[in-house]
Amino acid sequence: MSRAASDPRARPARLQHHFESLEQQSESGKLGMWIFLATEILLFGGLFCAYAVYRANHPEVFVYAHRYLDKVLGGVNTVVLLTSSLTMAWAVRCAQLGKARGMSALLALTLLGGLGFMGIKFVEYEAKWKHGLLWGKRFQPALHEEARSGQDPGPPAADREPQRSSRSPDPGVERSTVPPSARGPRGTVPAEVARQRAAYARRDEPPRNVQVFFGIYFLMTGLHALHVLAGMGAIGWVLVRGLRGAFGPAYYLPVDLVGLYWHLVDLIWIFLFPLLYLVH
Amino acid sequence: MNSASLFLLRSLGAAGSVEGSSFWLPAPASTLAGKVDWLFNAISLIALLFLLLIATLMGLFVWRYRARPGRPAEPAPSHNTPLEIAWSAIPLAIVCWIFWEGFQGFLELHTPPQNAYEVLVSGQKWKWLFTYPNGVVDENLHVPVSTPVRLVLSSEDVIHSFFVPDFRIKRDAVPGRFTKAWFEAPRPGEHRVYCAEYCGTSHSDMTAKVIVHPEGEFQRWLDSAADLLDRMPPAEAGAKLFVQRGCKQCHSVDGTGGIGPTLKGIFGHEQVLRDGGRARVDEDYLRESILDPQAKVVAGYDPVMPTFKGRIKDREIVALIEYVKTLR
Amino acid sequence: MSTAEGALSVPRTGARARGEDYLTRERGFLSWALTLDHKRIGVLYLFSILAAFLLGGVLALLVRTELLTPRETIVGPDTYNKLFTLHGAVMIFLFIIPGIPAALGNFALPLMLGAKDVAFPRLNLFSYWLYVLGALFEVAAIVTGGVDTGWTFYTPYSTTTNTSVVATTLGAFILGFSSIFTGLNFIVTIHKLRPQGMTWFRMPLFLWGLYGTAVIQVLATPVLGITLLLLIVERLLGVGIFDPALGGDPVLFQHFFWFYSHPAVYIMILPAMGVISELVPTFSRKRIFGYRFIAYSSIAIAVLGFLVWGHHMFTSGQSGMASMVFSALTFSVAIPSAIKVFNWLATMYKGSIRLDTPMLYALSFILLFAIGGLTGLHLGTLATDVHLHDTYFVVAHFHYTMMGGNVMALLGGLHFWWPKMFGRMYSERWGRIAATIVFLGFNVTFLSQFLLGSLGMPRRYYNYADEFQPLHATSTYGSYLMAVGFAIAAGALIHSLFRGRPAPANPWGANSLEWHTPSPPPWDNFPETPAVEDPYDYSQLVYEPSVGGYVKKTAPAGAGS
Repeated sequence: MSRAASDPRARPARLQHHFESLEQQSESGKLGMWIFLATEILLFGGLFCAYAVYRANHPEVFVYAHRYLDKVLGGVNTVVLLTSSLTMAWAVRCAQLGKARGMSALLALTLLGGLGFMGIKFVEYEAKWKHGLLWGKRFQPALHEEARSGQDPGPPAADREPQRSSRSPDPGVERSTVPPSARGPRGTVPAEVARQRAAYARRDEPPRNVQVFFGIYFLMTGLHALHVLAGMGAIGWVLVRGLRGAFGPAYYLPVDLVGLYWHLVDLIWIFLFPLLYLVH
Repeated sequence: MNSASLFLLRSLGAAGSVEGSSFWLPAPASTLAGKVDWLFNAISLIALLFLLLIATLMGLFVWRYRARPGRPAEPAPSHNTPLEIAWSAIPLAIVCWIFWEGFQGFLELHTPPQNAYEVLVSGQKWKWLFTYPNGVVDENLHVPVSTPVRLVLSSEDVIHSFFVPDFRIKRDAVPGRFTKAWFEAPRPGEHRVYCAEYCGTSHSDMTAKVIVHPEGEFQRWLDSAADLLDRMPPAEAGAKLFVQRGCKQCHSVDGTGGIGPTLKGIFGHEQVLRDGGRARVDEDYLRESILDPQAKVVAGYDPVMPTFKGRIKDREIVALIEYVKTLR
Repeated sequence: MSTAEGALSVPRTGARARGEDYLTRERGFLSWALTLDHKRIGVLYLFSILAAFLLGGVLALLVRTELLTPRETIVGPDTYNKLFTLHGAVMIFLFIIPGIPAALGNFALPLMLGAKDVAFPRLNLFSYWLYVLGALFEVAAIVTGGVDTGWTFYTPYSTTTNTSVVATTLGAFILGFSSIFTGLNFIVTIHKLRPQGMTWFRMPLFLWGLYGTAVIQVLATPVLGITLLLLIVERLLGVGIFDPALGGDPVLFQHFFWFYSHPAVYIMILPAMGVISELVPTFSRKRIFGYRFIAYSSIAIAVLGFLVWGHHMFTSGQSGMASMVFSALTFSVAIPSAIKVFNWLATMYKGSIRLDTPMLYALSFILLFAIGGLTGLHLGTLATDVHLHDTYFVVAHFHYTMMGGNVMALLGGLHFWWPKMFGRMYSERWGRIAATIVFLGFNVTFLSQFLLGSLGMPRRYYNYADEFQPLHATSTYGSYLMAVGFAIAAGALIHSLFRGRPAPANPWGANSLEWHTPSPPPWDNFPETPAVEDPYDYSQLVYEPSVGGYVKKTAPAGAGS
């Protein structure tokens, strides 16, 4: 900054030494943020691909298992997050117009929205945990069967016999010890799978590999929740800076950037909600 | 590509397939190997011509236009669209041809003829097991000569890859799914099988043989392999089974170390176990160790042995136990 | 040092007071550790990647020594598996990927562009420290027992082995973010910080190469990130996504992995091609031939590179249709690469060629990369790939492209920009000797591996059939020769730091903007804003013996200046 200070022309205080103008600086910042958002989308893109592959491989699992998710809580969360996006956009507008107090209030509201989202998420996760509806190895549907009589997310297919529904892998056994070849030379789709599918079609037992759905569910919503937390941290940071009067109509780039990030987090949830909660 | 160079390529390929091993490829031993070799040689020739072109031009320019006092760079055009299009289009045409030939060959490698003889191939750390239609299991792949053989591959642990260089075939064995490969060996002989997908400690020793039996001898081999237990005393049959079932991959019989404990002189003696306990090696212990290997693991060894439950008959267990008794 | 006077407008090397340049402006550890100057960050990266290269090189020598004979030569199979895994992981994640972009690119990009710094200097520093953190994880993995999965971390092996997979993948995950931030920084810098007059088609081709690289870094690396994250979650929590016993699919991992790792080879080769596009015209004293074709082919490679990942899985059991499409797309990448080679040759035509050290590396690059590219034809072809896949043929092929490509260009670029970086000239004679030895050693090492591969020797083998022994031994001796070459190159460069002749502003007679400022450059790059000119017009530069470098020809003496 020493060079900048010694420059005869007056340079705005917020202008870094290697930029020509505040405009160039803010344009660079925004382009950088957009590129970063693109990387975030690609990060989730991997999970969306995994979702697509597993849904194509196990369609029956997705149709069956999604009913264990609570549509009401998910829907409320969608509304909460959408609202917080609105308050965020409004906060950016206030910053632009120089309304510092309005901006701070709206940022605080946005933060509250994030907090609400995480709270509801916690309630959902806790219910899944209690019922053993977890990923891969930890999937323990037997626990769930006991819990069901105590009720909760009201699984619709309550007419099934309890014992048969605990068909997914025994958590104690990590790996099948029977060689696949024992199933027969020509069996790419072993008869058992065909029988499974037919049985499921008749609604008398759940499909195999239900844990696949919950693995995907926890991965996607978990990574998203981490992003919500990161976004809340960023909002807290601009809120503190805003309270100290760091922003004005001439310089509000950080608020703008955090806003972009928060909208992305919102956008990803808008894809997650129907993909996980509203399967058909 | 004019007809003269095509002829040259053909003769190169032909030379490869008839003469046996060239300087750069192993002797072809399957019906499809000749075609693969022909394509390999054709591509190599094209690559070599391009490399020579590049190297010659480079050498020529470096020498002809070397910096000398008083000789500045001569003016030359900084681009020339027809030339640039030409050196994009010609390589493009060549690679299109290569792609097409490769695709044709791949289709053949992929499509076994109807009525091929089928063998199940199972990869596990670190051996191959071949299961024949009559239930015989062997460590080596025995096939009849001049018969298409279809392999159905699977894996019991990690990914392996079934590779027979002499046949120019390779296929991954993936846990949880089946993959296929096929070949037809026109001449009797022995060929190496490798594992080509990295799978841990003894990856490079996960080898086997393909034994191509002459006309008529294959069936004889298969029959004799099937009635092992009927033909010989249990201890002798056990010795055969010990090899066939891959026990010797990990257990030595001469007291040397291995992935599993040696079996020399253990019968009737106590073993210290991993969990600190002790166990006397008797018939029951051996039986349990074959069917439920993790139950009592000897101290100093990892619980890595796969179970043989459902894959071995009681008579075979008896034979193996009898064999172990003979290892004094 | 400089006494040039008169009609020659010498860049102010003489007027510059010693102590004003970026190396000496501030002193002390913190002035380096917390620097926001792109040149210093470039230098930090340079020494870090060279340290990684040394580590990876020592591992490579151990691997080659073990392979001198079948069975045990110096280590057992488990140690061997860890050695080649670490060699791959260190070389790929710590050396080649950050190599040219983060070290040479960080130093040269703003200078060549005529900017004062990259767009986000703090992010740049953060990216460097992420690199260090990632490297620490890799070192931690080595210290806590190593990792034996191969650098590709294929499941389910990587989810079941009991070595330090989590530390290694976490390290690679962090390094991925370092790479993303570097790429992001470069894209924004090139878009937003070009000074007046620096249009897209006036940019030196190295910047086009870096731009294409940055696009891949930004678009492909996040997918690696999620893949490694899934692997970590799989190991720690058993989420089952790659575990067939839990309904998962191990081959999906390969798709994810190569969706990043194939474009990643273009992260390694594109900036290298950019370097060569600077070296060849400079040392031929002639304008680059077909500027636009080269620029566009960089972008074409960057885009096509995303569509070919499936060619790593021709034998994995993916559908024949998929293999066909991937094979066809793979061949399409060959064309832009071929275009570049012909363009470089055409640039040399009628030039005035000097075989200085950087040019020797550039010529090595062209030959070795040509061999690497041409043997790619064997591997892209479906029928022949089935035989060659996972053999030493592949090993030789990617060492020709990655090492013959990237490392030759890195060394060429390093010798090219070294005087600019440190203000010292190295011994030209020893530089040339080293370049020649490296070239010879390289070919001895890897040509023999082509033969091993086509004869059917699988890769990652600790033990092998006796008939392969002569070729393995040849390869090993070649690697020793190559090591000698690298040691000489290192010796010449290190010697120059202490005893080297002070470098003039423009020792090679290149005309891109970094040569219009003193060597080493001042803290904010240019004493005065440089006028942007055609980077490949050498007609105005003449050699001035009193400076030991090139200066701009101005109106003849007496005409007044």
